[in-house]
Amino acid sequence: ILLHTACKLQSRLNYSIRCSRDLKVNNLNVDNEGEVTVYMKFSFRFLLQTTCSEFDSSQYEVRRRYQDFLWLKSRLEDNYPTLIVHPLPEKFVMKGMVDRFNDDFIETRRKALHRFLNRISEHPILSNSHYFKVFLTEEELAPHRKQGPGFLSRMGETMRTMANSVRGLRSKLEEFDVMQEYVEDFSNKICSVDKVTQRIIKEQREYMDELKHYSSTYFQWAESEKELAEPLKGIGSCVERCSKETQEQVQHLSEVLVPALHEYVLCADTLKAVMRRRNNIQAEFEAKNEALASRKTDQEMVDDLADRVEQANNALRGDWSRWRTSMRADLKSALISSAVKNVDYYEKVSSKLKGDSFTVLSPFHISPFSFSSELQNLGL
Amino acid sequence: MAEDSKEDSVASNVDSDQQTPDGSLNNSVLADGSCLLRRMEICVAEAEKRSGKNAVSMQETFTVYLVETRPIDATAEGRSPPPDSLWRRYSEFELLRNYLIIAYPYIVVPPLPEKRAEFVWHKLSADNMDPDFVERRRIGLENFLFRVASHPVLSNDEILYHFLTKEHGWKEMVYETGFQAKADSRLRALSATFRVRSPHKRLVEMKHYSDGLQSHTAQLLRARTRVADRLYAVYKVHGNYGRVFSEWSAIEKEMGDGLQSAGHHMDAYATSIDDILEEEEHYADQLKEYLFYAEALRAVCRKHELSQFELEMASLDLISKKQQREELATGVCHTNINLKQYAMLPKACK
Repeated sequence: ILLHTACKLQSRLNYSIRCSRDLKVNNLNVDNEGEVTVYMKFSFRFLLQTTCSEFDSSQYEVRRRYQDFLWLKSRLEDNYPTLIVHPLPEKFVMKGMVDRFNDDFIETRRKALHRFLNRISEHPILSNSHYFKVFLTEEELAPHRKQGPGFLSRMGETMRTMANSVRGLRSKLEEFDVMQEYVEDFSNKICSVDKVTQRIIKEQREYMDELKHYSSTYFQWAESEKELAEPLKGIGSCVERCSKETQEQVQHLSEVLVPALHEYVLCADTLKAVMRRRNNIQAEFEAKNEALASRKTDQEMVDDLADRVEQANNALRGDWSRWRTSMRADLKSALISSAVKNVDYYEKVSSKLKGDSFTVLSPFHISPFSFSSELQNLGL
Repeated sequence: MAEDSKEDSVASNVDSDQQTPDGSLNNSVLADGSCLLRRMEICVAEAEKRSGKNAVSMQETFTVYLVETRPIDATAEGRSPPPDSLWRRYSEFELLRNYLIIAYPYIVVPPLPEKRAEFVWHKLSADNMDPDFVERRRIGLENFLFRVASHPVLSNDEILYHFLTKEHGWKEMVYETGFQAKADSRLRALSATFRVRSPHKRLVEMKHYSDGLQSHTAQLLRARTRVADRLYAVYKVHGNYGRVFSEWSAIEKEMGDGLQSAGHHMDAYATSIDDILEEEEHYADQLKEYLFYAEALRAVCRKHELSQFELEMASLDLISKKQQREELATGVCHTNINLKQYAMLPKACK
């Protein structure tokens, strides 16, 4: 057993997963009018390198599609209902005209899926899941997918949730109430932060566009001036560089802060589901416990369910603090990174303006008297 | 601008009898060629709100500006007498400028600050009573007086001098000059543009230049306004961060302090934009000066065109009158000039 445990510990530390894109064309249709439709399925390639002796080989390479991830996630949730499984990226993105084959979309999804696998591999319990290992090592996932509970069990869970929400829980443990409240609040706040960030990006983009237009008016004016031409071009290129810096800043926000926030928006939903499942487990136990009185069931079953409740609660407790810690770490790093980028952005912009301002602004003090003196020289 | 003019007004050797008791300008000063600003410190010190009845006996609120003057030699001698001062409204500045434009049509008269706030970005008030607007206008009026008073020709104008020194009765004095009658109609000026036969090359260049300058500065001002609008939006949305971070900090233990100070920072950031954009208004004002100077330049060109046109018409008239006189003198009678030309042809052919 000791050896087994040691190996388990080792495997937690020795997953190295690399991820790249893969494009497979499934179908090519040519219809009557000669129009070609290509059905493409995107999959991702994962390379697992491990030093754990549990695996037969030290290197595995597999191709997985988004659907495969959905399967893995549901398996993990079924087996470990009160553990917090890192969220998957969304199936569809409603906002905007996002083309499913759009480069950015694929890249974002790829990164999120990679993060998902990495998080699972770091989790002390989930990383030992049989399904996880199968996912990373088996070339064909299809035979494994047929096993395990399917649609019906998911239906069952939904029914139970509904029944429990009607009945309510008998003994409410305060610690889970507190958790629930936190989950609600956190969900609200993180959604708001996400929305505000999206809005800021939108406004920054519009600002950036106006800056481009603004700089071009300086260049246009410079064309019809002699002495003022250089300073005007100077300001124009200054404004142009401001626009570029703003673009970089927006890009950074989109690549660092937005994905992090978005993941935790999805996390909030995961947490809600975890709380729901925990409640179901407790409700099931309570129902059977009651039934015990009327001898509709036996003590053994009730004890099993009681154990189950105990396990579920402990699992959640353990994972809860783990989740809180990683949430803080993730969001802190994303926010700090954005803050640092902000400082960098403003420093760059203000240094550009300062550098040019003296040469630029002083010629504006050219006296307009030259106009009237010129006219006087015409001897009018 | 103000700095340049101030440097000009260095205390120099001035005649002690510059200001005669009745306040009229001394001829010796005119001969000097020195300008008013060399002899007199001028500033627009303050602005105040007043209420009163206007021309149609309705109650109105308006702003008056304190114009202070002090002879320079008084300060040079170490004395510091209090300045003379009077209050002037914007409309009186306008009247002064209109007078100068008509009285000196060949001079590009310095512009006044805007009558109404134009090129306003979204949140900036277009209210003439807004303190920031009033302050910027005060600076603009001061610059106007500096420029006029340091102009070699304009500064010696009597009406200008009385504007600075005579609070009551100045308006009547201006009207008495009858300058309004000399104003040209825009229609005549416009027709002159098309009918001038030999336009002055330099003037045409200047006209094109001022048109270009006007359009470029107007374009620039509009673009700047749009940029200001967008920047304002960016800053204000960060204010939303402030609210959310503060609320979020309430539910977190370890991150609470960090989130709260982030929230405060965001609030401060969002409010900082007002001052930033107000500063930028001063820059926009300088651009507007170029715009208005271009307009003034254009006005001078127009006046010149009109004068040229009138000169050409008068010359033609003179030629035709001379011809008529000749005809009368020689006894030859013709119905019109054109026929005479045709009549000459057969003679030439003979």
